[in-house]
Amino acid sequence: MADPMKIRAQLKGDVAEIRILMGHPMETGQRKDAAGATVPAHFIQSMTVDVAGKRVIDGQIGTSVSRNPVFGFKMKGAKAGDKVVVNWVDNKGEKRSDEAAVA
Amino acid sequence: MNTTRRTVLKGATASGVLAGLIAAGALRPTQVMAAEWNKTAFEAKDTAGALKGLGAAAPAESKDLILKVPDIAENGAVVPVDVISNIPKTTSIAIMVDKNPQPLCAQFDFANGALAEASARLKMGQTSLVKAVAKADGKFYTTQKEVKVTVGGCGG
Repeated sequence: MADPMKIRAQLKGDVAEIRILMGHPMETGQRKDAAGATVPAHFIQSMTVDVAGKRVIDGQIGTSVSRNPVFGFKMKGAKAGDKVVVNWVDNKGEKRSDEAAVA
Repeated sequence: MNTTRRTVLKGATASGVLAGLIAAGALRPTQVMAAEWNKTAFEAKDTAGALKGLGAAAPAESKDLILKVPDIAENGAVVPVDVISNIPKTTSIAIMVDKNPQPLCAQFDFANGALAEASARLKMGQTSLVKAVAKADGKFYTTQKEVKVTVGGCGG
């Protein structure tokens, strides 16, 4: 099981800033290990952000995103206490869902 | 967002069947993969292919699309990128690194109050142009900037 995500959602005026840190190796499938064998690709393919039950961000991700990806988004209309749910799924079908509240 | 189509797709098509159909060329990926992972675009080996996969073959240059990247990245494994679209009705933003083996890094669709703004951290194999592509009101816009990479982030 992958590490929990770190999610921060902070209100600045009427704009909520959402920052997400995902723990994931994000192997590209191009890298070789010490023995010269290719490390198989293992990366997050899709992610979503829901705030207060509504889909806000629907993202697709490729191998060019760095290890332990960090993403930042902004949205209007969020209130303090709104639930932020972040999901991701990788190319091996592993998934993770974490939540936080807008502060 | 077309939620009905998404539900239908998820429910009715095992991904294997879907992949098979695409491989056979029976279905145009741009139509089918709206909700599923856009394999054509992400596995494209150059930006032209990635743009085609996104359905944005010839995006127009736009000054309202702002791409914030460092001029020089000391570590190509972690290059911070910030994209802000000031184009009205922007619904989607994609980020590409021209010279990466698979240029398309990420694509985000915005809805329900999300501002057309995204930040991420990218891997860059070598000095390259970074491109942002925004979709607004059915049209595509692009902007690009060069990032010099001193230590590559791919293949290490």
